[in-house]
Amino acid sequence: MRIAELVTAIVLAILSIYFMWKSGTSSWGDGWGESIRYLEGEGPGSGFWPFYLSAVMLLCCVWITVNWVRRASPPSRSIEKYLDAYGIVMLIKVGGGVTAFIGLIHFIGMYGAMTVFLIYYIYFLGKHSLVTALSIAFATPVVTFFFFDVAMRIVLPKGYLEPLFIPLYDIFL
Amino acid sequence: MEVLSLLLDGIIACFEPLNLALIFVGVTVGLFIGAMPGLGSVNGVAILLPATFLVPPTSAMIFLAAIYYGAMYGGAISSITLGIPGASTAVATTFDGRPLALKGRADQALVTAAIASFVGGSVANILFTGFAPPLAAVALSFGPPEIFALMLLAFATFVGLGGDDIPKTILSICLGLVLSAVGFDVISGEPRLIFFDITGFMHGINFLVLAIGVYGIGEMLWTINSTRDEITMTDAEITVSRVMAAAKNTLGAWRGTTIGAALGFFVGILPAAGATPGSLMAYGVTKMTAKHPQEYGKGSINGVAAPEAANNSASTGAMLPMVTLGIPGSPTTAVLLGGMVIWGLTPGPRLFTDQPDFVWPLVGSFYVSNLIALVVNLCFIPLFLWMLRMPFTILAPIIFTLSIVGGYAATQDMHDVWLMLIFGLAAFLLRILDYPLAPAVLAIVLGPIAEPTLRQSLLLSDGDPMIFLNRPIAGPITVVALILIFLPALKFGWDRMRQKSA
Repeated sequence: MRIAELVTAIVLAILSIYFMWKSGTSSWGDGWGESIRYLEGEGPGSGFWPFYLSAVMLLCCVWITVNWVRRASPPSRSIEKYLDAYGIVMLIKVGGGVTAFIGLIHFIGMYGAMTVFLIYYIYFLGKHSLVTALSIAFATPVVTFFFFDVAMRIVLPKGYLEPLFIPLYDIFL
Repeated sequence: MEVLSLLLDGIIACFEPLNLALIFVGVTVGLFIGAMPGLGSVNGVAILLPATFLVPPTSAMIFLAAIYYGAMYGGAISSITLGIPGASTAVATTFDGRPLALKGRADQALVTAAIASFVGGSVANILFTGFAPPLAAVALSFGPPEIFALMLLAFATFVGLGGDDIPKTILSICLGLVLSAVGFDVISGEPRLIFFDITGFMHGINFLVLAIGVYGIGEMLWTINSTRDEITMTDAEITVSRVMAAAKNTLGAWRGTTIGAALGFFVGILPAAGATPGSLMAYGVTKMTAKHPQEYGKGSINGVAAPEAANNSASTGAMLPMVTLGIPGSPTTAVLLGGMVIWGLTPGPRLFTDQPDFVWPLVGSFYVSNLIALVVNLCFIPLFLWMLRMPFTILAPIIFTLSIVGGYAATQDMHDVWLMLIFGLAAFLLRILDYPLAPAVLAIVLGPIAEPTLRQSLLLSDGDPMIFLNRPIAGPITVVALILIFLPALKFGWDRMRQKSA
């Protein structure tokens, strides 16, 4: 936990510096730092607000690091593991599953990915019966389709499964 | 008495079939969300907000407010029967609710919680109706400096009263504000903060992407990681006669209920405070002022009534600055405020004069939702207990799915779905290290209001920041905000001095 606290503070500090640099970079080709200045008659430039906020973020990171050195915050004193074995396995299985879900949307669309994800989670991770897994995995996309595509006219991505939906479009849309 | 007739019209509007159905569904969903450990009103409202684009804004808002209400009732169910709070707002309910359940009086605890919630909600509704119109009228004269000062106050309460690690809280606020600045600058029209020149950032970061990322993905991972042990459940014996007897016993809890209802409302108004500290404070005060404080923690019905009255009262209280000033009093109301912007409404004091057709049905719905929540809660306790047995390994994947579908529906851009995943994973990793994330969600909603008001104010004063101090309304607000920001530092210095002298 102690190492994680320091690493997180450093990562956030790098992020703040990146934000500060990016705030000063004008997309209109003015020199660096032009946008964070107070312009006479125009008020603060477009990068003024995010620049100073990121600067405060950087200061907070320094503050967190000072607390870390002084062991003033609970995570910097904790001798517990940041993520124990269970946590890591959980993150890989669940976080990885969600990532794969989003990745799959690009190929087999929202509905295909949803079905695969639900079967993976309920049957393989949750160790429920195949009947439970399949019924939820098929009921959810049906409900979602009627709610989003049909009722709200928000067309969810279909990926390579698009042809399968054409008859449904003919009926409901 | 104009207020009463407006309110009556509002209540009547709630009885339109669509609105009434939405209240009913919203309250039931809210009760369930509140009862499920790991899910609170903010998760429900954030995940279901994209689903409300189907109905008109007023009905959508009524639906979300009903979820908010239901969740406050629902939190008590798992606090009492499982011994773990269904939502952070119901933490204090476990102190006495759980011991009562272990004594075999779970039904008493559940009924007391429901009735106290109802009373808390009703008192808060009346206070809300009384306070909101005059407050909005005063706020009509606010210019950019006043509005910015109020924003500052909202963030300052997080720092001064939030109780979390201070640098981490400030960092969270600034991060949310920076993320809200991504995209086109509204004043100069210049694109800014287009990270790695990815075009997806051009349209900015929708607050829902962060809210669903944090509350739909991050929070879920955190819950799965932290609730590993098997939970034992205490059953409640529910019959009509037992419920009636329990309701009669609840009269004995009038003290806790009154303290909770009054205190909760005023704590709820404070931005950042919300229902969780409200309920804890109500419990503390009720115990402190009790004749027999030693009974608390062992199953006192006053100990159940106080936090439950307070969390319902606080949730209405949190609505007050949100509706009248455009400044949310809790993370849930921050999400609601973001929703209002999506529906094309301009939050702020003008809402009362410009959009009475929106405001009054909403206020009316607080009354109706409160009543329906009581009835649904009491009638369906056995059903909720049965649903609580639903394994998390079935609920979790459905919530992940809803989050991703909802996140996509909000902006219809896969770029945002990936961003949501990144926010979710980051939120999980930060949460373990005690980084508070509610300030970031509040900040991303308030950012688009705070920045223009700051810049307009500075333009008014030719760049002189004293404008926030020398105007009659903005001045005192800024001073209070500054005091709150430096409060922890003062306390630290005070402790040091005392240590030295001792």
